[in-house]
Amino acid sequence: MEDKNYPQAHKKILASIQYPQIGEAGKTGTWRTMRPLIHEDKCIVVKTGTHNCHLCWLYCPEGVVSRTIPPTIDYDYCKGCGICAQECPHNAIERLEEGGAKACPA
Amino acid sequence: MVKSVKIMDIPEEEMILPGTRLCPSCAPQLAYRFILKALGPKTIVAVPASCMTVVHGMQGATPVKVPVLNTTFETVAASASGIVASLKNLGKDKEVTVLAIAGDGGTVDIGIQGLSGAAERHTDMIFCCYDNEAYMNTGIQRSGSTPFGAITTTTPIDGKLEHKKNMAMIMEAHGLSYIATACASYPLDLYAKFVKAKEMKGEGLRYIHVLAPCPPGWGFDNKLAIEIGRLAVKTGFWPMFEIIRGKMELSKESRRLIDPTKRKPLEEYLQPQRRFRKLSPEQKQELENYVADTWNTIAKRVDV
Repeated sequence: MEDKNYPQAHKKILASIQYPQIGEAGKTGTWRTMRPLIHEDKCIVVKTGTHNCHLCWLYCPEGVVSRTIPPTIDYDYCKGCGICAQECPHNAIERLEEGGAKACPA
Repeated sequence: MVKSVKIMDIPEEEMILPGTRLCPSCAPQLAYRFILKALGPKTIVAVPASCMTVVHGMQGATPVKVPVLNTTFETVAASASGIVASLKNLGKDKEVTVLAIAGDGGTVDIGIQGLSGAAERHTDMIFCCYDNEAYMNTGIQRSGSTPFGAITTTTPIDGKLEHKKNMAMIMEAHGLSYIATACASYPLDLYAKFVKAKEMKGEGLRYIHVLAPCPPGWGFDNKLAIEIGRLAVKTGFWPMFEIIRGKMELSKESRRLIDPTKRKPLEEYLQPQRRFRKLSPEQKQELENYVADTWNTIAKRVDV
């Protein structure tokens, strides 16, 4: 799907041009082996109701954690690196084994 | 010195859309995310062959929202100079920032001639080196930026025999207006430095060297990516400073490390990384001497 915010006016240029798109490498969430889960009862942002932490948003290389109250994770694209769980000062993010359907149907 | 930034001061809009081709917990991606947030949408980027080419995707789609020119390895600074020249011709050079972002190979080894030429011409652009200390994209070959004792696929079995190039000092010899070192583990500091570099538009080339830990190349667990970069700063292995018009100032995190007793033991930084697994006690001593020498040079230049 192409991003609607970006006008495609320069499409007439005859060169190798790429357009912005979410999920360029597919659903990278399928790479994940460990799923991060935010426990809202431990999360300081939810408990105080103010934007005073958001370290998970800050350190996520992929940018899939939202800067909202409560913070949410986009599981379609989270690669499961575990930085958010490691950096959370209140241990509010737990890493769980991915179970259920196999990522690659054999 | 840069002003300190709070998390809520940073724009929320992501300039890199999720679902990129990079490894999980890629610190260069984290750095690039905040670089683009700092420079904003009116930026044109030039990238050489590196992991940054990987993030920009294959034919047809890209996750990055700003215009990007993919160039060959040696020509990133020259291509960016061409973009600056054509922007000047169109009269848009005041509003658009040109960023050249290259890996350590594209900066300290292959790209150094183009970079030196652009610095000599005082081309109005920002050059960022994201330093993951080897050619990670092609499978961990040694570069001029690999530290002493680190094992790569092209070093002797007991590690590299030479020290890392001091690129910030090489660039300082070109007489640049703004030189800074940063680390991907301190995104707020990184963001502030790029905002500062953007504000200094019109003062020639601004050079920022960012240390970005690479989990597969350095050999540590994915989740430790931020912690390793933080240890590199806290042990004094990676001093963070700015040189603004010839005056050196240490950044907040590095300022107190001028006192050797405030630095963490270097062992804490070396131990989790598999690339340092074969270090002998002599090599460890050599690395400690290197850190001490680096800080002695800095201590002579800054007033505490």
